[in-house]
Amino acid sequence: MAASNPQSGQDKLELVDGSKVAVIGGGPAGSFASYFLLEMAERADLDIEIEIYEPRDFSCVAPGGCNMCGGIISETLVQNLAAEGINLPDTVVQRGIESYVLHMDVGTVRIETPVDEKRIAAVYRGAGPRDIQVRKWGSFDHHLEELAVARGAKVTRGRVTQISMDDGRPSISVKGGEPKTYDLLVAAVGVNSPALKLFKDLDFGYEPPQTTKTFIREYFLGEEVIAKELGDSMHVFLLNIPRLEFAAIIPKGDYASVCLLGEAIDKELVDAFLNSDEVKECMPDDWEPEPRSCQCSPKIAVKGAIQPYGDRIVFVGDCGVTRLFKDGIGAAYRTAKACATTAVFEGISEEDFRSHYWPVLRSISRDNAIGKVTFSATKVIQMLPFARRAMLRMTQKEQSIPERHKDISQVLWDMFTGSAPYKDIFTRTLHPRFLGRLCWELLASAAPVRRSHP
Amino acid sequence: MKKKSIEKGALGKVYQDGEIITRQGDVGEVMYVIQQGKVDVLMGTNDHETLLRVAEEGEFLGEMAIFDHDVRSATLRAQGEVKVLTIDKKNFLKRIHEDPSLAFRIVQTMSKRVRELGDEVARLKG
Ligand SMILES: Cc1cc2nc3c(=O)[nH]c(=O)nc-3n(C[C@H](O)[C@H](O)[C@H](O)COP(=O)(O)OP(=O)(O)OC[C@H]3O[C@@H](n4cnc5c(N)ncnc54)[C@H](O)[C@@H]3O)c2cc1C
Repeated sequence: MAASNPQSGQDKLELVDGSKVAVIGGGPAGSFASYFLLEMAERADLDIEIEIYEPRDFSCVAPGGCNMCGGIISETLVQNLAAEGINLPDTVVQRGIESYVLHMDVGTVRIETPVDEKRIAAVYRGAGPRDIQVRKWGSFDHHLEELAVARGAKVTRGRVTQISMDDGRPSISVKGGEPKTYDLLVAAVGVNSPALKLFKDLDFGYEPPQTTKTFIREYFLGEEVIAKELGDSMHVFLLNIPRLEFAAIIPKGDYASVCLLGEAIDKELVDAFLNSDEVKECMPDDWEPEPRSCQCSPKIAVKGAIQPYGDRIVFVGDCGVTRLFKDGIGAAYRTAKACATTAVFEGISEEDFRSHYWPVLRSISRDNAIGKVTFSATKVIQMLPFARRAMLRMTQKEQSIPERHKDISQVLWDMFTGSAPYKDIFTRTLHPRFLGRLCWELLASAAPVRRSHP
Repeated sequence: MKKKSIEKGALGKVYQDGEIITRQGDVGEVMYVIQQGKVDVLMGTNDHETLLRVAEEGEFLGEMAIFDHDVRSATLRAQGEVKVLTIDKKNFLKRIHEDPSLAFRIVQTMSKRVRELGDEVARLKG
């Protein structure tokens, strides 16, 4: 079925009744793109076919069914999805998160959710770690895939190994299969796939995102121990360990996920973190870094792709542009939806994607630039003990005095949860009250150090 | 007092039978999405409240607060144990400016309610 518009007699590239769309990758970006393409098409009274290509069976235990991530669904995404009519069921949400605990060498502080409600979800992307005994919760990615299927998408279990252009249309094949031609190709392969090279070879200017290696490890603790030791809190660590940018322990149902982001994460860095006093204090008394349940070292995007669109081809989620270090699934939702709106209501040419889709990616990229500055500031705090003390004291005061403005608490909450754009977080740190209080605490925290080291 | 949150795997806040979620006349800064259970929608004066309808799982409530500056037009009361998720007005409006289609379902809900209201007026007049 031709995707040019026969009625108008023009060569406009657009989806028409009977158009076929291939979505490569059934992670969040692929499933959201399929779901919203079908939803938008229904609103536009358009009958299109969607085929998702995905090799993983998300109902399998790791690594066969897992897309490797911390599994936090941000407050903003939970609310946006609810507004879309997509509610995350208890069978998928392993834990609702209600507070963040910040651990530093100078002390620990709990930051309660600004609303008295759990709006952050901790999930597993697949069916769970390697040694899982009883499967009490389902996979998040499977849930999204099912939503797309319920809307009418078809899933083909297979890895795409060849992509080419056939008379201006994308043609793809899975290993050992016949090539199939489509009117639109939505690439949602993430950043951990060798398929990225296939797109580069198409020569329309696509350059995959720049990435860095991360680290995730799972520990079985059991529901009771998790409830007692970690509770419904995400534990975040600001430790002065070289190359470590961000570390968190995320409680799930029966397991705790350790998540490390930083530069060139290796065994030395992992050991330094897991053996730190702060981690030992947070975990149960008899806990040891070994044995573990599962571990992986996925890549994370640190700079967006170049030219993530062309005629009849568009990149969504991580393989296009994502948020720096936070709320990657939220970015997958935003980009997938913007792609669907553009494809259904504007067209599927390079120009259509440049005019209507690229602005969404550009705003994420620009926000990431501010995010980089914010993370640099965090790094400075990580290195200076008096700055860590000042941050701790300011947060502790805000959390213990109910009527006090939650200046730094809100900044930290948004920073850790990925709930707000980096621009909003940065702007909040420029508020005179925030700056005044921080300066005061910095002075107060620096003073004893000077006294003790004359 | 801090309300008890549902024990595990739960998003939102749990209200016990008869508990008021929001009261008619209150200032509304959020809207609600029912995650589990049923909610009574009541309207009236202090001494007499009329049950307008019973809202079910998945329904939006209090959505008018997102778009106007008026106070709550109805009281919402839990019927049995109910789990409700709130959506913040400020952030949500910001998102709607970026992606207007996010309001589609809410507009759908509102148009359904206007239709039902029209039917009700016609029934009363007839
Ligand atoms: C350590 C770490 C922690 C993170 N924590 C969080 C978090 O807590 N919250 C959050 O929101 N985000 C988090 N992220 C980011 C998040 O994982 C990503 O942003 C998100 O997975 C992007 O979704 P996606 O669909 O674009 O890509 P993916 O989730 O990577 O999905 C890509 C899919 O494409 C499939 N695929 C690949 N190649 C092919 C092929 N050739 N043919 C067919 N299918 C193919 C894969 O099997 C996969 O299912 C984290 C990332 C890392 C690395």
